[in-house]
Amino acid sequence: MKLALSLTLSFLAGLLVSPHAYGQQPPDVLVRTVTLEVVDLIASDREIKAGDRAKLISLIDAKVLPHFNFESMTALAMGQSWRKADAAQKARLVQEFKTLLVRTYASALSAYSDQKLDFRPLRARPTDTDVTVQVRVLQQGAEPVAIDYSMEKTAAGWKVYDVMVGGVSLVASYRTEFNNIVRDSGIEGLIKNLDSKNRSLEAAGAQKR
Amino acid sequence: MKRLLLSLVFLVTGCATTGEGDPRDPFEGLNRGVYRFNETFDNIVARPAATAYRDFVPRGVRDRVRNFFSNLSDPLIAINNLLQGKVNEALDDGWRFILNTTVGLAGIHDVATDLGLEKHNEDFGQTFGRWGADPGPYLVLPILGSSTLRDGIGLAADWYADPLGEIRPINLRNTVVVVRGVQIRADLLEAGRLLEEAALDKYVFQRDAYLQRRRSLVYDGRPPRERFD
Repeated sequence: MKLALSLTLSFLAGLLVSPHAYGQQPPDVLVRTVTLEVVDLIASDREIKAGDRAKLISLIDAKVLPHFNFESMTALAMGQSWRKADAAQKARLVQEFKTLLVRTYASALSAYSDQKLDFRPLRARPTDTDVTVQVRVLQQGAEPVAIDYSMEKTAAGWKVYDVMVGGVSLVASYRTEFNNIVRDSGIEGLIKNLDSKNRSLEAAGAQKR
Repeated sequence: MKRLLLSLVFLVTGCATTGEGDPRDPFEGLNRGVYRFNETFDNIVARPAATAYRDFVPRGVRDRVRNFFSNLSDPLIAINNLLQGKVNEALDDGWRFILNTTVGLAGIHDVATDLGLEKHNEDFGQTFGRWGADPGPYLVLPILGSSTLRDGIGLAADWYADPLGEIRPINLRNTVVVVRGVQIRADLLEAGRLLEEAALDKYVFQRDAYLQRRRSLVYDGRPPRERFD
């Protein structure tokens, strides 16, 4: 009887945690799967190779973006200024920052050309909810470039909240800029600034095509 | 002495700061001036030269030029690893130099990397950092770009120990140094375009990225985690 009860309980507990326990890929596996998939797709797509930026961005939208937590990224990049924004402003900030990051990411990806990738084994405990997944881009005549993904465990799977390239954090690099702009022209000023930056990049991209 | 230095700082920056400058960048006014000069130089001289080099020299040749200069830098990297007490890394660098100079035909082939001996990134600025020197104020050097007081002194030491400095006649040395400069700038073309696209204020973005990069290099890619608030 006691056994049956504990079995039932553990079955119930299993049901409760299963979406988290079984629906989630470990973060290092996730990074490897997504990276290899995206690299393959780019290598086999003639239009993207020929410089079709819009197509590359839609590929990133579909394959990469779901694994990023842009709200965390924006909040971290804003630092103390994040608290000064109201809910509507926060939503616009996240949207604008996301657009800018995706564009930058597309630009960085299009510079990639068949370098070897070295996926490092994950050094973390199974209970960790905040890990760094390391990938290295190997090249001749230069030291490997380290790409570190800072990832947090959420109910919807592991999400990237910062990317460090060669020790430079994307999120931290924006922090001083954002704080300077907020100091000089407020949250609205920052939103306007990001918006006009995105518009000018879009215009430049359209011109190139 | 400290007061003299401080008043010098205020003298230099007094005209340009708003009073809320970054504490890591006390010379921001002066630095931004040099930065503007560097941008002009880059627009007119360095970037066009690097772009032409990339567009007209075949990739195979460029890779070999990069390998050649990279090989010449390995002995100094070995010395810096040794000065930092990293004996195994120093031995790797020594092996790299020997293998690439012989089997790699004077360094134009990086056979050591293929054999698993990875290239390291070390210089005197990093060695001073490992010994405990703080970066000190951020500096933008003419033509050379982002640096700090520590890294600037390190750079002078790097140059003093640079084997290219031994090349004679002087004309040949200067030519070789210019070729290396063009090659380095060509490798940075993509990064430059990214900076152009990503940054809202290029000066600030580049400064923050540089300071993070150097901190990471001093700790060989494993800096103690900084707290995000």
